[in-house]
Amino acid sequence: MLLIPCPWCGERDEDEFTYGGEAHIARPASPDALTDAEWADYLFMRKNTKGLFQERWMHAHGCRRWFNMVRDTVTHEITAVYRMGGKPPERTDS
Amino acid sequence: MTGQPFRIAEGGRIDRAKPLTFTFDGRAYQGFQGDTLASALLANGVRVVGRSFKYHRPRGIVTAGSEEPNALVQLRAGGRTEPNTRATCIELFDGLSAESQNRWPSVDFDLHALTGLFSRFMPSGFYYKTFKWPAWMWMTYEKFIRHAAGMGRSPTVADPDRYDHRYGHCDVLIAGAGPAGLAAALAAGRTGARVIVADERCEPGGSLLDHAATQGGPSAPSAAADWIAQSVAELEAMPEVTLLRRCTVFGYYDHNMLGLLEQVADHQSQSQSKADPFQPRQRLWQVRAKQVVLATGAIERPIVFAGNDRPGVMLAAAARAYVNRYGVRPGNRAVVFTNNDSAYEAALDLAAAGVAVAAIVDCRAEGGALTETARAQGMDCLTGYAVVAAKGGKRVTGVTVMALAEDGDAGGKVTGGRRAIACDLVCVSGGWNPTVHLHSQSRGKVRFDDAIAAFVPGESFQAERSAGAARGTFATAACRAEGAAAGGEAARLAGFGDTPPPAPSGDEPRQAALAPAGAPLWSVPQAPGGHGKRFVDQQHDVTAEDVALAVREGYHSVEHLKRYTTLGMATDQGRTSNVIGLAILAQLLGKDIAAVGATTFRPPYTPVCLGAITGRETGRHFAPTRRSAMHPWHQARGARFVAAGMWLRPQFYARPNEAMMDAIHREAKHVRQHVGMVDVSTLGKIDIQGPDAAEFLNRVYINGFKKLETGRCRYGVMLREDGLVFDDGTVTRLSENRYLMTTTTAHAGPVMAHLEYHLQVTWPELKVHVVSVTEEWSAIAIAGPHSRAVLERVAGGIDMSNRAFPFMGFRQGAVAGVPGRVFRISFSGELAYEINVPADHGLFVWEAMMEAGGAFDIIPYGTEAMSILRTEKGHVVGGEIDGRTSADDLGFGRMMSQAKDFIGKHSARRPGLVDGHRQQLVGLTPTDRKTRIPRGARIVAEPIGQVPKSGAATPVGMIGAVTSQCYSPNLDTPIALALVERGRDRHGEILYAASPVAGITVPVTVRDPVFIDPQGERLRG
Ligand SMILES: [Zn+2]
Repeated sequence: MLLIPCPWCGERDEDEFTYGGEAHIARPASPDALTDAEWADYLFMRKNTKGLFQERWMHAHGCRRWFNMVRDTVTHEITAVYRMGGKPPERTDS
Repeated sequence: MTGQPFRIAEGGRIDRAKPLTFTFDGRAYQGFQGDTLASALLANGVRVVGRSFKYHRPRGIVTAGSEEPNALVQLRAGGRTEPNTRATCIELFDGLSAESQNRWPSVDFDLHALTGLFSRFMPSGFYYKTFKWPAWMWMTYEKFIRHAAGMGRSPTVADPDRYDHRYGHCDVLIAGAGPAGLAAALAAGRTGARVIVADERCEPGGSLLDHAATQGGPSAPSAAADWIAQSVAELEAMPEVTLLRRCTVFGYYDHNMLGLLEQVADHQSQSQSKADPFQPRQRLWQVRAKQVVLATGAIERPIVFAGNDRPGVMLAAAARAYVNRYGVRPGNRAVVFTNNDSAYEAALDLAAAGVAVAAIVDCRAEGGALTETARAQGMDCLTGYAVVAAKGGKRVTGVTVMALAEDGDAGGKVTGGRRAIACDLVCVSGGWNPTVHLHSQSRGKVRFDDAIAAFVPGESFQAERSAGAARGTFATAACRAEGAAAGGEAARLAGFGDTPPPAPSGDEPRQAALAPAGAPLWSVPQAPGGHGKRFVDQQHDVTAEDVALAVREGYHSVEHLKRYTTLGMATDQGRTSNVIGLAILAQLLGKDIAAVGATTFRPPYTPVCLGAITGRETGRHFAPTRRSAMHPWHQARGARFVAAGMWLRPQFYARPNEAMMDAIHREAKHVRQHVGMVDVSTLGKIDIQGPDAAEFLNRVYINGFKKLETGRCRYGVMLREDGLVFDDGTVTRLSENRYLMTTTTAHAGPVMAHLEYHLQVTWPELKVHVVSVTEEWSAIAIAGPHSRAVLERVAGGIDMSNRAFPFMGFRQGAVAGVPGRVFRISFSGELAYEINVPADHGLFVWEAMMEAGGAFDIIPYGTEAMSILRTEKGHVVGGEIDGRTSADDLGFGRMMSQAKDFIGKHSARRPGLVDGHRQQLVGLTPTDRKTRIPRGARIVAEPIGQVPKSGAATPVGMIGAVTSQCYSPNLDTPIALALVERGRDRHGEILYAASPVAGITVPVTVRDPVFIDPQGERLRG
């Protein structure tokens, strides 16, 4: 079970969090202008990274804040957490 | 009551002043405090404790620890019964009762043992090859196999005992309290670090407790016993150290989270555990440790030879433990068979305890360091020999010994004449396997160490290190030194103590006497003409021949071998068999063991009861129960409650002698004719505030919200981003920048999460705050033609006239003197209002309204009547909003704004969601206006006749399904809502509602889903 450092609350058990998948996927400003293929890319297509992965988590049983986290999908090592809207640290694969 | 013929007169760690009575297979025996069930059975001369899984051969006790493959018993009876418990781990208590498993009708006379005679028909993979085909026979075979195998019985009644969960946090967790673990604990504890030490046995000390020298006592003080006692005393005096006995570290998970099972009361009799009513039977710990020391010791492994499963064949260290620790002779005349020195220590201890040692059979040509010592004591040491077969049935009666042609060759040949040696005990040692399970679970690598012919921990993956026998260091002094170093290092890395611990002195060799020299002997080949079974995995009856067969059939990967033969997949997880199976596989493939690889160990290390995993979360504690403020009133009026998520809601209020359906129909009818009240506190309520609140609502609902005026409510529908309907509800503009959103009961949580997600992730620039206020408000819906009149009596300060307070209006004001919110919204289709008051006043206001309504014959109504009322009005709920329907399917197509973007808009125009063949919401009535439309019925265009049992059913195209159905007391006909392909074009058509489950097909007329007051005159009146 992961020990996740919530940027607001500190280290907490994975049990307290919900997973939000790949980070830094912005909702298109004008969906009407997109083709179905472009829209499908936003809605459905996600990376399946082996290694460092930027993803979203939410501290559901805590502060209920969404944040970004960089986790190695092979080792589960957490190398960074940063707030929504923050820039990912350098040296990540995705 | 029998005596204890195999009990030694004195010595051991048992308390002879405390005799205990227990029963095994219905027969009473006596043992002593400090015994295990296994040692007490051995003391009483009980040798057969079970029958084997496949061949039903008689089986005896093999080990003295948790690795036991054979002695599985059904412990206790009734709700406390527990199958597959290891007799070697059960501490004896007064009144204990256990039954052997895998035997029918008794362990001594077992009909199924006849299958042993046909065993050539039951080779490896037999199930897969035979029983799986033809498929339809599998059900028959499986019953036979399950009965024949009989791996214990599950309890059939609830467990009356309590199981606890506990979370722990520490700087250093130490698994095992043997010499290495205790030394590690002392080193870590002395730095002031927070330390947890867990050991599976009842007493710290590890394998030292099994040695003759440790028994000590006032008459024979010993350094080892003193060291253990002093260490434990020092640890228990440290405030930051927790020493857990009877506590197994069973799992090693990510980020140094470990699972521990503490058997708090398993060793106590019923009356003992009753003394403390708050004591759980077991306690499951989840411990997050900064650093971990694995001092889990090593497990002796057997050597495979023909008949090696005969009762009386046991591991040498186990025999030693029974003699020294429990004062029990496991036999009268022993043959010791070994490839290393450790069994000599056992032989010497056995001899000292009065067991005749008939011979020591040592496969090493030159013997070992203790061979001369044994010879000096008059023991017959046959070096360069091997036991090729054990004889006997329910008890070993002797062994056949032959010379090994090549010294210690792992695939050695036996040669020369046979020598028979009579004995009733065979003590075997094939070397020692470090217990690397937790290291492997933590994703640490293991490597094969040729020096000790065993897997040892390799590179660590998490913050853990192994020490002592767990790392292949067997000499006691070296284990202590290594433990101290590991404990000190762990504490230092956790931030405690700055002096590096002293390096191990190296005075004593790491392996001492325990490692087999050179290539170990894993299995002894059959003597010429021999055919006895050579067991690798005794619990699953896997033989060396089975492994060879699997290899011949191409199962060369160790994982495939495991699954094909089931080697190592029994409840003991192959603790004594895995490495041997691997070695045999390697030999057959002509490879090194290291090249064949090791299997991965997975949690749990030893079985964990479901009760412990569940903890207190059983029965009504499985989930919280939510009750509204008006709950006591409903209860006092005889409401029957129904679970709606975690909420309890009144389902209906039956009058004396009133049947359920009568009560429901009465309530639904009464609301339309007079007035009724329903508790709707469970609906989700979300307070939305901020200058961008209107913009935000506009983006999450399909319909427009920017023009909603203060004091007005609006119905809204939300989609998911994939275009399907998510939830519906109302939004009320309370003031300029403040809105109140209601959700369905079921979706209160998910809608809140949906809003939070979009505010924080999608549009962080919007200045909006959302907060769930469901619990802050009690909510009452009052519906029916007299609802205005009732409300006027309790909320006189609000002008209730239709002009001043129209449909979809909102007013604040006192209700029964309590500041409240009044919404003119209607779920039933009648003139109706919803009143919200602060939750603490809910019961008071409810009672005041009931009283005010007395003059109008007001009644309370429950969820069943509410459901009928909404079905009559064609309102959709969970049955229709099931995650597969689009807004257009449900008739909300025209609500979707073209003037703005909203969540799900782009997806809603996907071809699959706009194609003309989608199922659309319709109403149904049976053509005879009498027959109830079956729940969940499929809608078909042609009637389905009776399908003959033998014949093939003709496929019938399904064009829809019933989503809600009831009898409408107001229309006096059954009605239903359904989703039907192109349903809106079918009004007036006759279709069929077919229920193969109920066995009926009902002709139905398709119609508009709004059955009552389609113009909405009642609710606007
Ligand atoms: Zn948090």
